[in-house]
Amino acid sequence: MSLLQVDNLTKRFGGLLAVDNVSFAVPEGAVFGLIGPNGAGKTTVFNLITGNYEPNDGSVSFDNRDITARPTHWIVSAGIARTFQTIRLFANMAVIENVLAGCHCRLRSGPVASMLRLPRQHKEERQALAKSMAELEFVGLLDQADNLARNLSYGNQRLLEIARALASDPKLIILDEPAGGMNELETAALVSLIARIQARGITVLLIEHDMSLVMKACEQLVVLEYGKKIAGGPPAEIKKNPLVIEAYLGSDDEDF
Amino acid sequence: MKLAAGRIKKPAYGAIILLWMIAPLFIGKYWTDVLNNVAIYALLGLSLNIILGYGGMFHMGHAAFYAVGAYTTAIINTAWGVPVLWLMPAAGLAAGLFALVVARPIIHLRGDYLLIVTIGMVEIVRIALINNVFGITGGANGIFGIDSPSVFGFQINGIVAPAHYFYLVTAFLAITIVLFYLLENSRFGRALKFLCSDEVAAEGSGINTAGYKLAAFVIGAVWAGMTGTLYASKMGFISPESFSFWESVVMFMIVILGGSGNIAGVLLGAALIIGLPEIFQGLQQYRLLIFGLALMIMMIFRPQGILPPKPRSYPIDKLEKNEVSL
Repeated sequence: MSLLQVDNLTKRFGGLLAVDNVSFAVPEGAVFGLIGPNGAGKTTVFNLITGNYEPNDGSVSFDNRDITARPTHWIVSAGIARTFQTIRLFANMAVIENVLAGCHCRLRSGPVASMLRLPRQHKEERQALAKSMAELEFVGLLDQADNLARNLSYGNQRLLEIARALASDPKLIILDEPAGGMNELETAALVSLIARIQARGITVLLIEHDMSLVMKACEQLVVLEYGKKIAGGPPAEIKKNPLVIEAYLGSDDEDF
Repeated sequence: MKLAAGRIKKPAYGAIILLWMIAPLFIGKYWTDVLNNVAIYALLGLSLNIILGYGGMFHMGHAAFYAVGAYTTAIINTAWGVPVLWLMPAAGLAAGLFALVVARPIIHLRGDYLLIVTIGMVEIVRIALINNVFGITGGANGIFGIDSPSVFGFQINGIVAPAHYFYLVTAFLAITIVLFYLLENSRFGRALKFLCSDEVAAEGSGINTAGYKLAAFVIGAVWAGMTGTLYASKMGFISPESFSFWESVVMFMIVILGGSGNIAGVLLGAALIIGLPEIFQGLQQYRLLIFGLALMIMMIFRPQGILPPKPRSYPIDKLEKNEVSL
């Protein structure tokens, strides 16, 4: 059964057809990859799924619910968390506070409860803090909790984004080039982190340029070119697909 | 260095609070009245700080909410004789509702655009008051004969006995500081700081940014409205000129100069912006020149304000080991 279903998604920016009639389905529990050359429309597809953009045509359904063009925060509450291609952390806040942002949608206390410091609010804050620490431990940043987010290394900032996304208890996590800016060691650790995320029962959808990571981590791939889907299937098949090799990999197959 | 600063912080705050509390015993009526003004502007600054400081929304029309609160108090008090302090919730509610209606369509505007629209808002309110809208605002003359506040039958006349009024406004200021401190260090305050830092990331983390911005406007307006009650009952009369664009600018300056997003900074800002011109009155017409220069130098060398907020730390060491698990 598919957790996320993208049907005939189309997005135009003025005269540019960024996403052209793209359909795919992400099965529950899978690690699913979206690949393609630069400018193929991968991030646009992500932004359409997460409600950052409104599609001109087509629909997105998640968990048997139509979520097309819902507000982003609503979609996060529904269970889709994401990271950003260009790292978007709250740079001048502590690492732990960044993770608490992810917990936000699972907490309830409002301004009045906070001003009166009700016991319920106090307890909830403590639980959120513990949960955030656990997520930091999961990605391996526990010792950085007190540090400011901007002081982390590039690779660790990517991990912090993942921790923040995980803190919202998602069913599906969308990773936009998680290995961007990571060295080989960090990338290897990322592959095992993705496997551990999957082991928690969270479905993973990722965009990545690092082909070795994609081939190792993903069970299913969709290939986009100029906004169009040109292939789909398991990595071994995609590797051999002549269309994919010509369109995307042909010029530099040493990546494989 | 950090330790030493932490060690003197508490006694320093204690000393300032003590000095503030006993000040009216040693200074004359005039200076007590100056402190009353400082306290009123501190309240206005703190209420604007929720919108501008935590939320990062350039709101230059805060005097409009202040005006709605003050006029609500004046109209109901003079028409039906309801005691003014009872009208504080009504004034807050009226200002909050007004904010809900006017902020709703402009909430998605960014930075400078929001600034211009809010300037328009405060001007529209002032001109509506001058034109005696609904025939109840008294036009350009304003409204006279507002009662002084009374606490358990004790009349507090802000003009005749500023020291009495001083303790009333100080009590409200103290309550406000405590409540806003708790608000700042909560899920709500955090959400505002997230959306101020990066709106896209905040929304992407599951925070209803539009909803929180609106809530910040409403809470800020409620407090400005209640402060309007204190102001109207202190003066005994109000007129549109007390709620001009310049008032909004003063509130804006208090927050930005003091340290936006930091309660202590806003309090310091109020003391400097309202207090300093009084101290330099001897300089006559040059004082505004010096004041302006000081502001410019400040903004060049310390654009984040005199006391910018520190990153918040969390009591992670107080968590038990078994609490931290997935």
